[in-house]
Amino acid sequence: MSLISVLIWLPIVVAVSLGAGWLFRQTLIRLVNAPTAKFLRTAPLTASFGMLTITIYVTCAVFAPLIAPFGESEILSASFEPWAAPYILGTDNLGRDVFTRLVYGARNTVGIAFLITALAFVAGTLLGIYSALKGGIIDQVVGRLIDVLMAIPSLIFSLLMLTIFGTSVISLVLVIATIDSTRVFRLARSVALNIVQLDYIEAAKLRGESTVYLITREILPNATAPLAAEFGLRFCFVFLMISSLSFLGLGLQPPTADWGSMVRDNAELISFGDITPLIPAGAIAILTIAVNFVVDWLLHRASGLKD
Amino acid sequence: MKNLIIMIIKRLALGVLTLFLLSLLIFLSVEALPGDLAQEILGQQATPEAVAAIRRQLGLDLPPHIRYIEWLGGMVQGDFGTSLALKRPIIDLIAPRLQNTLFLTLYTACIAVPLAIILGMMASLFRNSYFDRISNATALSAISMPEFFVGYILIYFLALSGYFPSMANITPSTPLLEKLYACFLPALTLTLVVTAHMMRMTRAAIINILALPYIEMAHLKGIKPSRIIFRHALPNALAPIVNVVALNLAYLITGVVIVEIVFVFPGLGQLMVDGVRFRDVPVVQASSLVFASAYVGLNLLADIISTATNPRLMRQK
Repeated sequence: MSLISVLIWLPIVVAVSLGAGWLFRQTLIRLVNAPTAKFLRTAPLTASFGMLTITIYVTCAVFAPLIAPFGESEILSASFEPWAAPYILGTDNLGRDVFTRLVYGARNTVGIAFLITALAFVAGTLLGIYSALKGGIIDQVVGRLIDVLMAIPSLIFSLLMLTIFGTSVISLVLVIATIDSTRVFRLARSVALNIVQLDYIEAAKLRGESTVYLITREILPNATAPLAAEFGLRFCFVFLMISSLSFLGLGLQPPTADWGSMVRDNAELISFGDITPLIPAGAIAILTIAVNFVVDWLLHRASGLKD
Repeated sequence: MKNLIIMIIKRLALGVLTLFLLSLLIFLSVEALPGDLAQEILGQQATPEAVAAIRRQLGLDLPPHIRYIEWLGGMVQGDFGTSLALKRPIIDLIAPRLQNTLFLTLYTACIAVPLAIILGMMASLFRNSYFDRISNATALSAISMPEFFVGYILIYFLALSGYFPSMANITPSTPLLEKLYACFLPALTLTLVVTAHMMRMTRAAIINILALPYIEMAHLKGIKPSRIIFRHALPNALAPIVNVVALNLAYLITGVVIVEIVFVFPGLGQLMVDGVRFRDVPVVQASSLVFASAYVGLNLLADIISTATNPRLMRQK
């Protein structure tokens, strides 16, 4: 496949995916009730394509054992079999079915990225709102501490932490969630700072409401819009980070199927002109692009920008 | 002028403080190691006497604060300790690799910075046109791709057909032209990743300025759109753009780790990843300190430039 044929295929692929996005949006509009349909009509084709892709990935992740033809780490044949039935995408360096591992990878890689993002969000948001609410010395101390943590590039910091705590799944989850929660903290704090100055918070304080009540019932409901968009963006960052770490051999450990390590294990095939290692890498890229398209649309709506 | 110097000194002091706290963090995180370094080197079967001997040799029997001062003092003087896996002074490992990494980063910056600024200005000039939409979608896609994906795609298309080497094998004695040729693919990979960021931020910076009343005035006077961008908007957008460039160079410093692995480039990132793999704690400590200092330094530079060029920020304290 030469560069020129790619230039011919690229517009076709883009057109087909936008078309698929359009079909998906029309189907959704038919299926849901009127207000949701009205909301969906504002989605540009890129965002529709994003939603379609996310749906496909989630389906793969949930029904992985039903879709995959073989077991996750079942060794079936000699290594590096070509693309032929029954191994649609061939086999990897240990003779495991690449397609099967791709499907299970959706479950493992996406699942763990989602778990980490959720953890980082709960921790970051609660701490951010808490320090905005309390202000004073607590805010100062926590803020400065977070500043120092943010002064280290996140990949470098996670490499340092993984050296110390080892590369088990638990330490991976905790390390990346900690690093990521610092970024969430920044946003949550600045959003909450604007809210805590409002009169109804003052009123709730005078009523003698507890801190927990203030955070969960008064501030959080009013901070959901920016935080939801941030969730999408953070998910992309975490997802890319996990994949990068796995690619370096420091993420999810074998025999767990995972896209980053699939690229690494089969990388040598590239020099023989075989594109198999590009497929898991592409799977990572497509999901991140899809999430970004959806977030871009939501942010555009939330900002009310029409220009 | 006096204000400017005071501001720079203040920022520098803040930067040094951040670096100090960072070094403390890096040092303390190793203290949190389950067991200790001596146990780690010798493995589980080591006799207590052997562990004690190694502890004495590494100075681990001293109290933490003294070790920290010695460690930091060594770092400042360029003594980074000895690698556990390779048994060589870390400075000898880091120095040539740091040079290679800096070369790659600089090379990338030379391609990426002009490209991103020109594309960003064009996107803001033809805002909401097809050019803008396509470049925006492309940039968003490029940001979303893992670096190794971009790297392998380039290898597939440009290295397999024999145009460029897929392995960036360089030594200090390689002549410059050959070096530039060998490093072209890694530099291009980093360019693609970082240009997208820079272009989007440049576009946003210029569009922010285009919303101001004096630009509207220029429009109403009937000036050509290109003249408005270059003569009216650009001088005021320069500060945010320089800021964007510095921030992205800081980003480049970490993006380099993955790219170095893909192209088997003998840089600092590769050294660090190998260090993590063998749990070679002193190497990881030293390289993360170098990376973090570069990152803090560039962020500081961005901060100083954007403050110095903006009178409104200079006035606030």
